[in-house]
Amino acid sequence: MSDILDKVTQSEYKYGFTTDIESDQAPVGLNEDIIRLISHKKEEPEWMLDWRLKAFEIWKQMDEPNWANVTYEKPSFQDIIYYSAPKKKKELASLDEVDPELLKTFAKLGINIEEQKRLTGVAMDVVVDSVSVATTFKAKLKELGIIFCSMSEAIKEYPDMVKKYIGTVVPRTDNFYAALNSAVFTDGSFCYIPKGVKCPVELSTYFRINEAGTGQFERTLLVADKGSYVSYLEGCTAPQRDENQLHAAVVELIALDDAEIKYSTVQNWYPGNAEGKGGVFNFVTKRGVCERNAKISWTQVETGSAVTWKYPSCILKGDNSVGEFYSVAVTNNYQQADTGTKMIHLGKNTKSTIISKGISAGKSHNSYRGLVKMGPRADKARNFSQCDSMLMGDRCGAHTFPYIEIQNKSAKLEHEATTSKIGEDQLFYCNQRGIGTEEAIALIVNGFCKDVLNQLPMEFAVEAQKLLEVSLEGSVG
Amino acid sequence: MLTIKDLHAGIEKNEILKGVNLQVKPGEVHAIMGPNGSGKSTLSSVITGREQYEVSKGSIDFMGEDLLDFDPEERAHKGIFLSFQYPVEIPGVTVSNFLKTAINETRKAQGLEPMPAKDMLKKMREKMNLLEMDKGFLSRSLNEGFSGGEKKRNEIFQMAMLEPKLAILDETDSGLDIDALRIVANGVNKLRSADNAVILITHYQRLLDYIKPDFVHVLWNGKIVRSGDKSLALELEEKGYDWLKTETLAQ
Repeated sequence: MSDILDKVTQSEYKYGFTTDIESDQAPVGLNEDIIRLISHKKEEPEWMLDWRLKAFEIWKQMDEPNWANVTYEKPSFQDIIYYSAPKKKKELASLDEVDPELLKTFAKLGINIEEQKRLTGVAMDVVVDSVSVATTFKAKLKELGIIFCSMSEAIKEYPDMVKKYIGTVVPRTDNFYAALNSAVFTDGSFCYIPKGVKCPVELSTYFRINEAGTGQFERTLLVADKGSYVSYLEGCTAPQRDENQLHAAVVELIALDDAEIKYSTVQNWYPGNAEGKGGVFNFVTKRGVCERNAKISWTQVETGSAVTWKYPSCILKGDNSVGEFYSVAVTNNYQQADTGTKMIHLGKNTKSTIISKGISAGKSHNSYRGLVKMGPRADKARNFSQCDSMLMGDRCGAHTFPYIEIQNKSAKLEHEATTSKIGEDQLFYCNQRGIGTEEAIALIVNGFCKDVLNQLPMEFAVEAQKLLEVSLEGSVG
Repeated sequence: MLTIKDLHAGIEKNEILKGVNLQVKPGEVHAIMGPNGSGKSTLSSVITGREQYEVSKGSIDFMGEDLLDFDPEERAHKGIFLSFQYPVEIPGVTVSNFLKTAINETRKAQGLEPMPAKDMLKKMREKMNLLEMDKGFLSRSLNEGFSGGEKKRNEIFQMAMLEPKLAILDETDSGLDIDALRIVANGVNKLRSADNAVILITHYQRLLDYIKPDFVHVLWNGKIVRSGDKSLALELEEKGYDWLKTETLAQ
C-alpha cells in the first residue's frame, strides 16, 4: 500500500498545455474603470454597467468567506487580469472559421467538435477565456424558439429577458464570490427554452481557462419556461499553471411551472501538481429555483481544482417541485474539496434527493456540506440524503457536515452515510482474477459512483468514467 | 506443473511455512488438510502472490517458471486461480462486469482480443447452468448481500469462466449445505481434465466424498508431515490430528 501511495503523488495532470492564441487583455487589477472597460469592450447597455457597478459596491463591503473546511492562500484580487479575449474575434458560422490552434487544443483533449456534432448531435457553445468563439446548431435550435448563446450576445440581443432574470436566483448580495462575479463576469452562456418545448439535443458548453493569470468569471443563466425540458452539459479542463487561478462562476437556473432542467457538470480544472503547488481555485455559486411541479436535477463529477467550494442548490418554491443532487467528488494529492448542496423546501409536497460520493486519495481532504431546510409552509416535504465516502490510503480525509433545519412537523427526512476504504483485500481479489491494480481501482471506484454516473447522459458518462480513471491514475502501484 | 521446494514463508518475520515440499502434476487432485493455524491458507496466499507474505527460502516452480518473480495478476494470467475462503464484496460492480474485466484483462495479457460480448454471454449462461445458478445473478453487485453458499458458488462460477490450469479451492466447502456442496463439487468435477490440476484445502473429509483426491497431505506446524491417498483422509476423520502430532514430534 505504501507503494501505492507513492505512486499517487507521481500522477501528472494530463491536460497541462497552453494554446497559443493571441489575446487582448485588460490591465492587472480591479477598480471601477476596469469594470467600465469590460462593459465597454462587450458593448453593453447602460443598465448592465450600472448593475455591475452596484455589485462592485456590494463586493467591497464583503469579506471573503472562511467557514469552509479548506485552507489556502487567499487570492490577491488586485493581481488578477479581469478581461482577456482571443483577438481575432468575429462572428463565426462554421468550424472552418475557428482558430486552428483552438481546434488542436480540443483534439488533444479528445474533444473533437466535428465528431461531437456529427455523431452525438450535441450543440456546443465553446468558451475559451471568457469569450465564445464558436456556436453551433444555433439555427436548428432557433426553429424551436430555443435561445442558446453567449451571455454577451444575450445582453445585446435579448436584454429584456436577461434583465428580468439575472440575479433573481443568486442575488449580488448572496456571497463574496457571487458579488465579485456580478461585477466582472466576462461571458458565459444564456439559454431559454420556450413554453412546452422539449429541447431535442443535450446543450453543451466546454469551458477552458487559457490565458496565464486570468481569473475566469463565467455567468450562466438558464430559463426553462412552463412545461419545457432541457438537459444541459457543462465540462471543463484547464491547462497547467504555476500560480493559482481563480474561477468564480455563477449559474442560475429558473424552472417555471412544470418545467424540468437537468444540469450535468464534469469539472477537471488543473488541480495543482503532486506537491500541492498551483491549481485552480474553484469558488462557484450554482442555484436553481423551481416553480410549481418543476424539477431541477444537478449532477456533477468533480475531479479537478486545487480548492473547490461549490454547492449546487435548489429552491423548491412551487408546490410539488422536485430537487435532485448527484455528486462524485474526487480529490488526490493536496486537493481540497468542500462541496454539497442546499435543498430549500418552501412549497407543499416538495421532494429532494441527495446522493453524494466522495473519494479521497493522497493527502487530500474531501468534505460534504449540505443543508436541508423545510420551511413552515412545506407540508409533507420529503428528503432523502445519502453521503458515502471512500478513502484510498491513510493520509487523506473525508468529512461530512449535514445541516438540517425543519420548521414543519409533517416534513420527513432521511440521512444515510457510510465511509469505506479501498482495501488490500479488494485489490488482491481483483489481482487474483487477473485484473491489474490500476484497472481494479477504476473498477471499484466506478462501482462506488455508479448511482451518480447513471444520472449522466450516455456520452458524458463515458467521459466522466475516463476522467475518474485519469484522476486516480498511478494512485496504486 | 507445480513444484514447491523447501518453502519458508510468513508475515513480518513470523515464519508460518517451515519447509513445504509439494509436487502437483496435470490432471491430479491434491487435498491439503490440517488443524487450524497449520499454514493452509498461508500456502494458498504465497502461491497466488499476496503481498503481505514474504518468502524467506525455497522456490515455487509453475510450468517451468519461477512463480515468485511475478505479480499476483501475472500469476492469474498464467492460469492460477484461487477460490477464496472469504470472497470480498465490491459494491456497484456487477458479477458480469467483473468477470468480463477479468477475462479480457487475462486475454490482453495473453495477446488476445477481448472476447466478443455474445460469446461471453453464451459462456456465462452455459457455466451458470452447470452450477444451477439463477440468471439474475449476473446483474447483482459482486458478493454484496450474497449468502455464504452464493459466495462460494460464485467463486466456482468464476473458476469455470476463467478455466485455470491450477485451481486452489480454499475451504470452499465451509458454509455450504449438503445440496450446495454437491452442486459445487459436481461443477468442479466437470471442469477437471487431463491438463489442469486442483488443490483442495479443507478441514473435513466430506468434500472428498464428492471430489476424489489422488493425494492427501497433512499440513501441520508449517510442514507437510504426512502424505497418502484418500484413505488418509478417512483415517484423520476417525482419529483426529493428535496422533499425527505425537508421531511427528516423536520423530
